[in-house]
Amino acid sequence: MKSTQEIYNLLKEKFQEKVIQHLNTLPKEEVIEVRPESINEIVEFLRDDKELHFDNLILLSGVDDANGSKNKLEDGTEEITGGTLSVYYHIESMDLRHKLVLKVSAPRENPEVESIYDVYGCANWHEREAFDMLGIIFKNHPDLTRILMPYDWEFGYPLRKDYRNPEFYQGMKVPY
Amino acid sequence: MGLLDREFTEDNIVISKVDDFLNWGRLSSLWQVGFGLACCAIEMMATSASHYDFDRFGVIPRPTPRQCDVIIISGTVTFKMATRVKRLYEQMPDPKYVISMGSCANCGGPYWEHGYHVLKGVDRVIPVDVYVPGCPPRPEALLEGLMKLQEKIRNESLVKKAIV
Repeated sequence: MKSTQEIYNLLKEKFQEKVIQHLNTLPKEEVIEVRPESINEIVEFLRDDKELHFDNLILLSGVDDANGSKNKLEDGTEEITGGTLSVYYHIESMDLRHKLVLKVSAPRENPEVESIYDVYGCANWHEREAFDMLGIIFKNHPDLTRILMPYDWEFGYPLRKDYRNPEFYQGMKVPY
Repeated sequence: MGLLDREFTEDNIVISKVDDFLNWGRLSSLWQVGFGLACCAIEMMATSASHYDFDRFGVIPRPTPRQCDVIIISGTVTFKMATRVKRLYEQMPDPKYVISMGSCANCGGPYWEHGYHVLKGVDRVIPVDVYVPGCPPRPEALLEGLMKLQEKIRNESLVKKAIV
């Protein structure tokens, strides 16, 4: 069983600048932030190392940080430019009974994150959901298509903070 | 307004109006599409089960819309589902009836403001005969909705439009 600080030291030693920082602002959970293009090799190491042995991906979730510049539009809604979209990975070791939260952030205009499907198979649909809801692009994903919204949905990503409802979808009125 | 309270003029002959006879036939065996959408479907299944026994009204779930008279929209209608609901409705033979069950199918329910994926009322795609309020409605409420529909069918006419 290892603490997040110990794991961070191990990762920093092995991956150096690919591991960005250890976020430890109580009472939030401790988070290790890494670079989006190397998340797959880092989780592969975390899974295969005998001391760490993270054998299970609990959850993968996308977040709109909404930390870009906000400009009010005429109809009262907001438009966000710049800033980041993030993905959080909760992984655990059922064998050694420790868990860890990883985070990657990618720029809002081009949110490309490496897929971890090769390491944890169950990430497949989680990544499709993050793509569907927030438009995060997972590189090397086997089938990155919408999972919840209709395949022909062309009005953007509904969980982004600056999402706006369309007036009509296939002739059906959308607003109340 | 039953059929058998009419006068018996001869043995084994019942006199009735064509309208009354057809309406009686229609309202006494409303076969429903075996189809549920969300938590309301659980209440609909409970209504079909032995405690409430939908079958005593002649309501039997059928596995194909082509053999059905009534479709109960039991739950949240998402945009993705709305196109399918419309197709199911179009496959049903006339005369066909729609019961909208629960707040979601009536008007969007709790998704009315932030439900980017929810159709705000199934009456935006198909015509509804009876709205059953509730979230979800109890089986008694659905039974009352069905009896309202029967009342509507009872007042239908081949020649003049239905007055409810």
